[in-house]
Amino acid sequence: MVSITGSNDKSAATERISWLERLNSNRNLLGFLFMLPAALVLLVFLAYPLGLGVWLGFTDVKVGRPGHFIGFDNYEWLFQDDIFWLSVFNTFLYTSVASVIKFAIGLWLALLLNRNLPFKSFLRAIVLLPFIVPTVLSALAFWWIYDSQDSVISWTLIEMGLLDQPIDFLGNPNNARASVIAANIWRGIPFVAITLLAGLQTISPSLYEAATIDGANEWQRFRRITLPLLTPIIAVVMTFSVLFTFTDFQLIWVMTRGGPINATHLMATLSYQRAIIGGALGEGAAIAVAMIPFLLAAVLFSYFGLQRQKWQQGGRDD
Amino acid sequence: MSSVEIRDVRKTFGTTEVLHGIDVMVPDGSFTVLVGPSGCGKSTLLRLIAGLEKITSGEILIDGRVVNDSPPKQRDIAMVFQNYALYPHMKVFDNMAFSLRLAKLDRKEIEEKVRQAAEILDLGDYLERYPRQLSGGQRQRVAMGRAIVRDPQVFLFDEPLSNLDAKLRVQMRTEIRELHQRLNSTSIYVTHDQIEAMTMADHIVVMCDGGIEQIGAPLELYDKPDNMFVASFIGSPAMNLIEGTIEVVDGHAAVAVDNDIRLPLPPNLGAQHGTRVYYGVRPEHLSLTNGTAGVPLDVSVVEPTGADTLIVCKLKGKDVLASFKERHDLRPGQSIRLEPDTALVHLFDANDGKRL
Repeated sequence: MVSITGSNDKSAATERISWLERLNSNRNLLGFLFMLPAALVLLVFLAYPLGLGVWLGFTDVKVGRPGHFIGFDNYEWLFQDDIFWLSVFNTFLYTSVASVIKFAIGLWLALLLNRNLPFKSFLRAIVLLPFIVPTVLSALAFWWIYDSQDSVISWTLIEMGLLDQPIDFLGNPNNARASVIAANIWRGIPFVAITLLAGLQTISPSLYEAATIDGANEWQRFRRITLPLLTPIIAVVMTFSVLFTFTDFQLIWVMTRGGPINATHLMATLSYQRAIIGGALGEGAAIAVAMIPFLLAAVLFSYFGLQRQKWQQGGRDD
Repeated sequence: MSSVEIRDVRKTFGTTEVLHGIDVMVPDGSFTVLVGPSGCGKSTLLRLIAGLEKITSGEILIDGRVVNDSPPKQRDIAMVFQNYALYPHMKVFDNMAFSLRLAKLDRKEIEEKVRQAAEILDLGDYLERYPRQLSGGQRQRVAMGRAIVRDPQVFLFDEPLSNLDAKLRVQMRTEIRELHQRLNSTSIYVTHDQIEAMTMADHIVVMCDGGIEQIGAPLELYDKPDNMFVASFIGSPAMNLIEGTIEVVDGHAAVAVDNDIRLPLPPNLGAQHGTRVYYGVRPEHLSLTNGTAGVPLDVSVVEPTGADTLIVCKLKGKDVLASFKERHDLRPGQSIRLEPDTALVHLFDANDGKRL
């Protein structure tokens, strides 16, 4: 009897060990287990809200009232909504103008910072400043700079005798558009500049020396060496920059709340206004979902554009 | 093709002077090697010749023309870099054609020149590849191809072989040498490897600490080093340098290392009794003797390489190297006697290291 119990215990122990051992040696299962926590986080905090948003877009849920599935009604309604189309136009204008200028100034700054300047690290730190300040704070600062009465820009220009009266930065639709774009550019440049600077630093100085000896002038070195070697990084940086700009909310909301007469409403701010302020959760969600195709297009563009260039494939550099 | 003349060239970075007045004459069509330990200023000198750095004072002449203020592209030089510096985003063909395109040559001419260079360097099959798809030796060849398509007056090489493995280095050494014989163009070659310098050069410029130690043909430097630095730098394994005092007894001069050790000197040496000297003898100029001749030593390490055998001995705690073509059955701990070939002994002043 005793002996039987003993052997039973023993076999149970062996079984446990072998189960653990099997787990240990099964790389697929082990890999799956290690992946699980991350997958869970992604599911709960990314996939679920996204799914919920898409679902809300097909309902007429209002704040405090459960809604019903209404199919594409929200989208049909938006399709005929001039303000929605205005916000789409604004978003495109905002994204394209801001991105192009951010790229141009960012690249220029990166090229400057890549030289052997005195106080190099100090200058680099300064360039990063707009990025460090919380967006809401910088938006408030710009709001003040753009004040219709006490704007420091208007004051300076008037003092210099170039203007008679203060500029109405945020009161006039086109001025307001230009003003928020300027604020976004100010805020977005550091990201572009510092990332491109990092890219520039991966280019071996001896390539420039070789090109110099080959007879290339400064412009030819930029055009034939810097630009092609920087292209993969430019593609990544600009994709992110476009995504951030397209979905911008904070700057606009603090400075103009989409006004005047919806001239600065972006899709994100309109969505928030309709959903949270106006209570029409379904409609707001539909506006947000309408951004997805555009964002997806940007991501796909970068995915195909970013695929390792042929010259990057195979082997090492040295 | 043309000569390169360097006259009293100095270079300072900030407050540090890295080149202290260099004078070198590189004759037309010669293969001149600048050799020295790292940090001696040899690469800086090459970069000054290339025009990648501005000289602080002095003059550099290429083909009799002062080029101090000319940008690199007007100096008509080509340079091969240590890391090859191939443009990674261009195919081999485009890498080689780059300078020709910048010079606005017409397409047919470019094609012809590149094909020609590729043929010389055996790169014909790789013209459509990217640098990443090539091996180290092939990249090295592309770098040289990029230089030769331009048919420059002067070739500059900045340690071009140091990124290659030992076997390939020996092979490329020969290739570069053959290329030079074929093109017969003035070449200046920087290396820290004295074997590379010895095997490749017509002229060697030995540099140390921003100055020139000696200029001469390889065997000249080997046979008659001007000072202890050159003596210890040129030749492998390095020359033994043993400190001692000259003793002249009955007209016979010798170097006394210790009370009981006398190193023999040739008879006709006008050495002063009592001078502190370094006694220099190359490992290959020591031979094994029997009986009472020579200097007694204890073997500490035996290193056979096949072709010859290197033995490390101890003399008063200092290492003395000897190299034999013959095979001797020696073991660590064994006592032997070595005799230097007095005709091939070098004496250096212990104070300034100069040859006596």
